[in-house]
Amino acid sequence: MKFALFIGCTIPRRVQHYEVSARAVLGTLGVELVDIREFNCCGYPMKNLDFETSVLFSARNLALAERQGLKVMTLCKCCFGSLKKANHVLKEEAALRNEINTYLAQEGLEYKGTLEVTHLLSVLHKEIGPAALKERITRAFKDLKIATHYGCHALRPSDIMGFDDPTAPVLFDELVEATGAKSIDWSLKLECCGAPLMGINDELSTDLAEKKLKNGKDSGADFLCVGCPWCQAQFESVQEMKTSLEGTNHHLPSILYPQLLGLAMGIDGEKLGMNMNRIDVSGIEAFFS
Amino acid sequence: MFFDIALYASLIIFFLGMIYKISNWFRRGIGVSAGNIPAPTRLAAAIKGLLRTVFSLKLFTLIKVFVVDVVLQIRVLKEDFLRWIMHMLIYAGFILVLLMHALDGIVTEALFREYESTLNPFMFLRDFFGFLVIVGIGIAVYRRIVMKVPRLKTNPMDRYAIIILAIIMVSGVFLEATKITSYGAYTRMVEDYSDTDDESELRALESLWVKEFDLVSPSVRAPFDAQILEQGREIHEYNCDACHSRPRSAFTGYAVAKIIKPVALGLDRAHASTILWYLHVLACFFGLAYIPFSKMFHIFASPVSLLANAVMDKEKSDPANIATRQVMELDACTHCGTCSRRCSVAVAFRKIGNINILPSEKMAFLKNYVARRTLDDKTLKAVQEGVYLCTNCDRCTVVCPVGINLRDLWFTVKEEMIQKGPPVPLVLSQLSFYRGVDRQDLDPKAYSNPLRRSKAAIADACELVKKPEEVIPLTPMNSKFKDKAALSLQARTFVYCYSCENCTTVCPVVQNYENPEEILGLLPHQIMRSLGLGLRDFALGSNMLWDCVTCYQCQEHCPQGVKVTDILYELKNLAIKEAASSSNRGSPEAP
Repeated sequence: MKFALFIGCTIPRRVQHYEVSARAVLGTLGVELVDIREFNCCGYPMKNLDFETSVLFSARNLALAERQGLKVMTLCKCCFGSLKKANHVLKEEAALRNEINTYLAQEGLEYKGTLEVTHLLSVLHKEIGPAALKERITRAFKDLKIATHYGCHALRPSDIMGFDDPTAPVLFDELVEATGAKSIDWSLKLECCGAPLMGINDELSTDLAEKKLKNGKDSGADFLCVGCPWCQAQFESVQEMKTSLEGTNHHLPSILYPQLLGLAMGIDGEKLGMNMNRIDVSGIEAFFS
Repeated sequence: MFFDIALYASLIIFFLGMIYKISNWFRRGIGVSAGNIPAPTRLAAAIKGLLRTVFSLKLFTLIKVFVVDVVLQIRVLKEDFLRWIMHMLIYAGFILVLLMHALDGIVTEALFREYESTLNPFMFLRDFFGFLVIVGIGIAVYRRIVMKVPRLKTNPMDRYAIIILAIIMVSGVFLEATKITSYGAYTRMVEDYSDTDDESELRALESLWVKEFDLVSPSVRAPFDAQILEQGREIHEYNCDACHSRPRSAFTGYAVAKIIKPVALGLDRAHASTILWYLHVLACFFGLAYIPFSKMFHIFASPVSLLANAVMDKEKSDPANIATRQVMELDACTHCGTCSRRCSVAVAFRKIGNINILPSEKMAFLKNYVARRTLDDKTLKAVQEGVYLCTNCDRCTVVCPVGINLRDLWFTVKEEMIQKGPPVPLVLSQLSFYRGVDRQDLDPKAYSNPLRRSKAAIADACELVKKPEEVIPLTPMNSKFKDKAALSLQARTFVYCYSCENCTTVCPVVQNYENPEEILGLLPHQIMRSLGLGLRDFALGSNMLWDCVTCYQCQEHCPQGVKVTDILYELKNLAIKEAASSSNRGSPEAP
């Protein structure tokens, strides 16, 4: 199994532990990753400004991966959403594809529209499978209750994303439960973390994150588990801000899925970037069976 | 005399220039708050910081960075092998030529008692080192003109740097060539140093020099009698040999000497070597005097940047020192274009055409801007867009060969640019994530202004929103707006809306407020209806657009397949475009 790994912009700046842990886990599982240094931003932050520009951003990445005949695997769900959406319209709308290709041609690139875009969680679930993952678990968690946070841009719009059933998804829960942890039911499971509004309407953004944290905690979760750097950065910084400004906190630290899986697979916490989480998650090791 | 005056004049300009440029580091500032710290405070902070670092364990970090990044330039090597070769050739070659040849009286003679510039190995080495520089310059020209390295822009300062180096090196080689062949120089040397006046002996010596030392003589010509040559060699060994190796060791000058041989006599009569000497020496002195004001100032500033950034960080360092460092970093920038080559958003330049999107060009702009601090409206707008169109991915900071902390620099510059002048619609995008997360580093009083002003500018273009009491005529319909809003296939799905309000019911933003309409203006289903009715102002002017968290719940739950979220995206695009075009007609200024 071989993929072009799409890191995006948020991970290298704020959530390096996601990359570190994903590489460690995928390496152990024998998934080969190719780094394409020329990749640029997926185009997600350009969507408010100009859709076509955002498609150009995506298309350049897709063209670079297509040239090497590699499927693109993202870690970020917003990158996933943007690349997948752009890929969809580029495949569907020949006129737009031609126009975008005139820009790409200036640097000798062309996107033909033959590529598939996938996400880390999809690869783990669809290509490897929870059953196979279970076989790799050397120290399963016990009595660990996880609030699984799906992330909007992977799930919706479902007609384009095709990630899982948009109203009753199971993919991420099954992956979490493969580690021995329990993925709890919580009413705001499929809701947004609020990250897209951070910096635009901080109050609203924080409210949305707060609600999720409270709901997760009230539903009995020990940890949140996420598979997107925006969600992770959002949960980390909202809890940090709450602690420093108001002295309160829901004490619901957020762990990245490859960290959770890696720990259960017996990978050393340091190799999973556990010390890089801004809200301490080392307490999770108390749940090893 | 001329030499001394020119030398001292250029040295004086050089030193005054250095003082001026370095004093700028303390006097100038980037960003809103940097100007508040007076220069003496900043100088004192710098000295304190410097002493504190030197007398701490950080000294070892400094030594390591000096060797790895300053001397060996491993950062350049990691980025691009050809460029590293180019830079090493120029930089190592030039330093060696400088020490061995230009400063021979001070350096080489002190080290080697037998030193003569015309004696091997010195003669060979001088040419060899110079040759390294010339090859380096050749690669530089090749990269910029033939290879056209992507996103590597060449500005007048880059051209100057290459040209002045090329003049110095090439004039040196030609000077050497004309001196090798010069009959005038030969006769002067004979007058000064030979111990014979005998006509036939001098002729023999001259013959040998024509044969073996590439002298071009008006009087003697090959072929030479072996006996005469033998006699010439004896005289040579007695008079000249101690100071003269055969010129072929000086291979660059020798090669040129071979080429100019047919015209060498004419050149000599025209005093070509004197002219070339003036050219060479003046170019050197001009280059020296102009160093502080040119790109070449990076020779001093870049190591300072590498060293400073190795031991400083935003959290712990004195803000006075950060302010100083950020001005210094502008001098450290060599406009090498690495940042632009690796920039995550540089692709936008192709579509938008704003050169300020490229980080290397932002640096070029900032260099001028810190000196003048005035901007015309058009430039300001371009710069606002350029600096804000950045995803804060950190790549430029990671790859910068001179270690400039571009991350902190952009943070400072962005804030300055969005707080003044016309409102920047880009702040209403996910590019603003960093501002929210790093809010504690920004002035709390000014924090919301850019957002508020941008929203206001957009709402200003939508009059109906401000007049809730107005009775709205539904006919005639604004069909022009409907056409525009229906640009894409998916946006046309709004016509299927039958106002079931599912979108509004599932919206987490709507749910967040007790009186959502008060805060959001229009709710999602109302926006869909406004589109249907052609009520442009309602569709574009409500807060809901900018408060949409893009979670796609509305779109997912629409029984009619209306692409609600995607339509909101399109409306945002439209609102930003309309606000931009109306602000071009006359923009509301900053408070």
